[in-house]
Amino acid sequence: MKITVDKGKCTGCSLCVKACPFNAIKLENELAVIDLDLCNYCGACVEECPSEAIVVERDAPAEGVKDLSSYQDLWVFAEQRAGKLAHVSFELLNEGRKLVSSLGQKLCAVYIGPPGGNTEELLRRGAEKVYAVLDDSLLHFQDDIFTDILVYLVRRYKPAILLAGATCIGRSFIPRTAARLRTGLTADCTGLEIDPETKLLKQTRPTFGGNLMATILCEKHRPQMSTVRPRIFDEAPATSVVDKSRVTEISLSEIRFNNRLNLLEMIPGTEEIDLTDADIIVSGGRGLGKPEGFALIKELADALGGVVGSSRAAVDAGWISYAHQVGQTGKTVKPKIYIACGISGAIQHLAGMSTSDVIVAINKDSAAPIFGSANYSLVGDLYEIIPALLKIIRG
Amino acid sequence: MCIKQVPDTMEVRIDPETNRIIREGVPSIVNPHDFYAMEAGLRLKEKYGGTALVCSMGPPQAESALREALSLGFDQAFLLSDRGFAGSDTLATSYTLSCLVRKLMPVDIVICGREAMDGSTGQVGPELSENLGWPFFSGVSEIKEIVNSRLKVRRIMEDHYEEIEGPIPAVMTVVKEIAEPRLPSLRNILKAKKAEITLINKGELDGEDLRFGSSGSPTWVVKVWTPEVHKKGMVLEGEPIEIAQKLYQELKRQNVL
Repeated sequence: MKITVDKGKCTGCSLCVKACPFNAIKLENELAVIDLDLCNYCGACVEECPSEAIVVERDAPAEGVKDLSSYQDLWVFAEQRAGKLAHVSFELLNEGRKLVSSLGQKLCAVYIGPPGGNTEELLRRGAEKVYAVLDDSLLHFQDDIFTDILVYLVRRYKPAILLAGATCIGRSFIPRTAARLRTGLTADCTGLEIDPETKLLKQTRPTFGGNLMATILCEKHRPQMSTVRPRIFDEAPATSVVDKSRVTEISLSEIRFNNRLNLLEMIPGTEEIDLTDADIIVSGGRGLGKPEGFALIKELADALGGVVGSSRAAVDAGWISYAHQVGQTGKTVKPKIYIACGISGAIQHLAGMSTSDVIVAINKDSAAPIFGSANYSLVGDLYEIIPALLKIIRG
Repeated sequence: MCIKQVPDTMEVRIDPETNRIIREGVPSIVNPHDFYAMEAGLRLKEKYGGTALVCSMGPPQAESALREALSLGFDQAFLLSDRGFAGSDTLATSYTLSCLVRKLMPVDIVICGREAMDGSTGQVGPELSENLGWPFFSGVSEIKEIVNSRLKVRRIMEDHYEEIEGPIPAVMTVVKEIAEPRLPSLRNILKAKKAEITLINKGELDGEDLRFGSSGSPTWVVKVWTPEVHKKGMVLEGEPIEIAQKLYQELKRQNVL
């Protein structure tokens, strides 16, 4: 990889210096100089430069796929947990449908799990074809077996694109699948799009702690693989169309697998909270001032039939457990109403809730960044506003 | 233990006027998640003996991250640094790390943090296991025991925990719950200052040349930009009861309540 500044073209305007997220460019004698130890080759400077003075040359990826056109269709890994399909599977089918419409290819689901109604449900949710490995022994996720199966299916049926949820399961075995196939994988995508000219999958994700967005391509390797954050996209609606002939069943006995890990025990979590499926979330942050503040947050959440969320700051302070954390390092949520109380709105928090339908922010500080993302900005003391709100709700 | 030096992204602020990142004064730190990996590794050493090695891949200045690791009690540190590694995506990075692990064999367990604070992909650990052909334990919250070359752990899933076991050598990623990271001792800080950090370049690794750096990277970043997070919202001010009343009416009107 090489990045160079054409000294003849550089005007010393310093726009690249400001554009560089890694602080790698300095002006010396009114010319841009790039510190290669800091440079991440992201190309932000290339785009910013008005005189096209900066050039990034990338060594072509070595061993790509020889016949790209033999890879067809978009696959969604249909995640199931203890036999129940995860919502993210439907979200991916919905997004996948939009992508295949501009590709002219099929939308397929790949299902690894126990037999039952799940394959039909995937057809109802818009899959044109379902590849299914059905066996009672696949009820629970097992790293090695699931990797072996998915790699086998990809090699045999050659999808152009493979999407999976960025869940615990997805984050555990999808990278291994990609590494074994020696293809690219983009983690935690929040946006997917087909390039109209090249037909490549443009994968967009937050990076640099949520401070930047990056669009990533996988040009010469197949499948183009992404994990996608749950609750970013809407679920595919259920239809009544079910043509069972569209299920291709592959027998587990056809697949060679080597299971080295044993699942000994499943232990239920101590917290019964499901942030990602909640319609209403009331979150508290450092602005609560004290751990007891969460009692009031809980009261409001209960009155609205919602659940309690939190900023990272409140979790780090030990006021509430990590299970409640919303944001870049916590959960991504997409409720109908998100009420942020005493949360300043660091970009890491916004990354986890900005796609909520309606965002309400309560903060004393009228300059709090959270107000920039809120539909309703309530400037005032949460210890006065929330009790007033409770009174109205309770009539 | 594999660690990474990252910009402290919690310290990054966006200039609201220009919508650009304010980078001045953003320090380079050891990726916070990696302290849990290092703590888990040091505890294993204390319990079972052996040697604790720490490695990183990055520019020469990442040496300071490794010195910090040494001050926690690691025996040896390795820095993979070479211009030929530039442009590595997670596949090339994990391949490069796997070459180092092979060079350092016998290695029993490789521990990585859950993800890096800057890229946040969480992919290098699992991809490393695959490049080594070793079993992978994801999201480990407790190491139960290692008996007869078999490792037993508890790991975290979406809504439950699992106890799993399998053979070593193996790769694992750990989460915060695993243990509270220690602070460096004064003696170790002094020792770390003088300790030698082994620099390793591409030529010293026994690997396929085309699998390093950008040529070994199927993915590449074509565009980077600062996200627009601003919405035009409605500001409600006044007496608390008025604000509450107004909000309630609005939510009713919008049919969300």
